[in-house]
Amino acid sequence: MPAAGIDDAALAAATLRRQAWDRRLTHLWLILGVLVFAFPVWITLVGSTHDASTIGRGDVPLLPGGQAIANYTAAWTSGGEGRYRASPASLMLWNSALMALLIAVGKITISLLSAYAVVFFQFPGRMLAFWTIFLTLMLPVEVRIIPTYQVIVSLDLFNSMAGLTIPLIASATATLLFRQFFLTIPDEYVEAAKIDGAGPVRFFRDILLPLSVTNIAALFVILFIYGWNQYLWPLLVVNDRGLETIVVGLAKMIGNGDAQNEWNIIMAMAVLALLPPVLVVVVMQRWFIKGLTETEK
Amino acid sequence: MATLDVAGVTKSFGTTQVLHGVDLTVADGEMIVIVGASGCGKSTLLRIVAGLETATTGRISIAGRDVTGLEPADRDIAMVFQNYALYPHMTVGQNMAYGLRIRGLPKPEIAQRVTEAATLLGIESLLDRRPRQLSGGQRQRVAMGRAIVREPKLFLFDEPLSNLDAKLRVQMRAEIRRLQRRLGVTSLFVTHDQTEAMTLGDRLVVMHAGHAAQVATPMEVWARPADTYVAGFIGSPAMNFLAGTLADAGQAVALAAGPVLRFADGPRPGPEGLPLTIGIRPEHIEAGASGLTLPLDLVEPLGSETVLHGRLPNGEALTVKLAGPAPAGPAIQVTLPAAALHVFDAASGKRLDR
Ligand SMILES: Nc1ncnc2c1ncn2[C@@H]1O[C@H](COP(=O)(O)OP(=O)(O)OP(=O)(O)O)[C@@H](O)[C@H]1O
Ligand SMILES: [Mg+2]
Repeated sequence: MPAAGIDDAALAAATLRRQAWDRRLTHLWLILGVLVFAFPVWITLVGSTHDASTIGRGDVPLLPGGQAIANYTAAWTSGGEGRYRASPASLMLWNSALMALLIAVGKITISLLSAYAVVFFQFPGRMLAFWTIFLTLMLPVEVRIIPTYQVIVSLDLFNSMAGLTIPLIASATATLLFRQFFLTIPDEYVEAAKIDGAGPVRFFRDILLPLSVTNIAALFVILFIYGWNQYLWPLLVVNDRGLETIVVGLAKMIGNGDAQNEWNIIMAMAVLALLPPVLVVVVMQRWFIKGLTETEK
Repeated sequence: MATLDVAGVTKSFGTTQVLHGVDLTVADGEMIVIVGASGCGKSTLLRIVAGLETATTGRISIAGRDVTGLEPADRDIAMVFQNYALYPHMTVGQNMAYGLRIRGLPKPEIAQRVTEAATLLGIESLLDRRPRQLSGGQRQRVAMGRAIVREPKLFLFDEPLSNLDAKLRVQMRAEIRRLQRRLGVTSLFVTHDQTEAMTLGDRLVVMHAGHAAQVATPMEVWARPADTYVAGFIGSPAMNFLAGTLADAGQAVALAAGPVLRFADGPRPGPEGLPLTIGIRPEHIEAGASGLTLPLDLVEPLGSETVLHGRLPNGEALTVKLAGPAPAGPAIQVTLPAAALHVFDAASGKRLDR
């Protein structure tokens, strides 16, 4: 009970006031957060619309300029006139996209199949196989980079898309995720399928794959971005300019000192490099949110 | 024409033996209910018949064909699971059609069979829904439909009603029975619910610790239980057991509680003084003005009848079920009618007959 003399209308008004303040504070905090995260992206976007000399003077413009079309055309077709003659963005974007796609699809395919084998079949050495896969978690590309490089060179895969992607495809993370998911699938589905007469291949195709769709979509997004952001390995294993990826190309465009950087072109290139991952997230997100809300079982 | 023969089936998981030699012959079109306490091996037996589990020893034949070494798909059976196991990403229609599609039946025939089964079960309007858009009872029907469309030689049910609420369970029970009669498909039905067992089965298999304790019609199991386990398992409230010894040259039993009762149906073989267990169902005990005094410690009124729990002066528990309201007073007088006695050998627990 409220103390005597305080009526309910005053209490309600006080509650409203407090809620309004809560809302304002929350929003203030959120807006600050957005600013911190979005500001660099905004600077890049704005920078890509000015000419080289504006940025060269050391100004950091906060409003868009008029050179957008020229900058983007230059980035797309030639990669600019700078000290480091980068490849055109069109080529590097294609290389990056192909690499990221191959890595994502390759990883998902291999992990689905190996998780299927480990979870649903009894064979000698099953646990050994599982633990071997598990152990490779401790050996990411960076750790095994020298021997991997040696292997790729010996296999004559230096400077090839295969050499670029295959070492990155081998990974345990996705296998483990699928294994965990498969373990939650009730035995009854397997048994019902057996009675229905579905062999291992049909069970995989007709039942396991459709049930895994949301997992596959989520993993695809993560793995595509993982592949897209690869830097060290592509830098090592490819020196053919025709196979250069955009992350590597972008880094190479930024020189260290003696000559002017074409910041306008670099920023246009950076914006272009951002787009495909964003696109993948947007498209796939719709898909796996649909899957999540319509969750089966 | 499909019969089922289970011959000497045993099953061990590692070192623990779960089935100790089960024999069972099922006639064409018969509905057999396997009933027993949890963990007695009912599901294991059913899964061995289905081919989902391999028997350690023994043989399974369906319609005279030895299927012991065959895959489930080659045994021409259909199974309804406890949680239905409907594929969540397929519609009801696709779920029902899946087995037929794999067998490569022509599309029009699949469609026709699915429609027929759906009509039979009253689920025509649900064919385009997903399993998660169905109620428990509807899922149950779809699971039945998936079994029916296959037109198998043998239906296997593993506690298909245990996820339903009490009312729906009674309704689906009757429906399954009608359907099974109508289709005339030989069936094995596993349950731990004795009402379900009594009402559904042409015959019951009462399982106890990996053995078939008794295989008989429901009435036979109720009226002439083969041993004390079956006697105590079937019937509610459970049968009373009283200790006694064989007396009067096998003509009577001397109860530890006092009275000597003459058997109504003739003498039992055995030496004088042989320890016996006498069973009597609570509903057969009569209350009256004379007889044994039974002090009551719990009275359960059930409306049309009353269940009374008490302890005889010698310490043995006795449950009595009387028609009508509870009698007044802290004790009643009971008599045990000779015709209602079940006589078991105390050592082996086996029924002793004339
Ligand atoms: N795969 C297995 N590995 C080891 N033991 C098992 C396995 N499956 C069943 N068992 C054991 O076998 C015994 C019988 O199991 P089963 O599932 O047949 O019992 P049930 O009669 O169906 O019981 P419920 O009524 O609880 O379903 C149990 O003691 C169980 O622990
Ligand atoms: Mg069971």
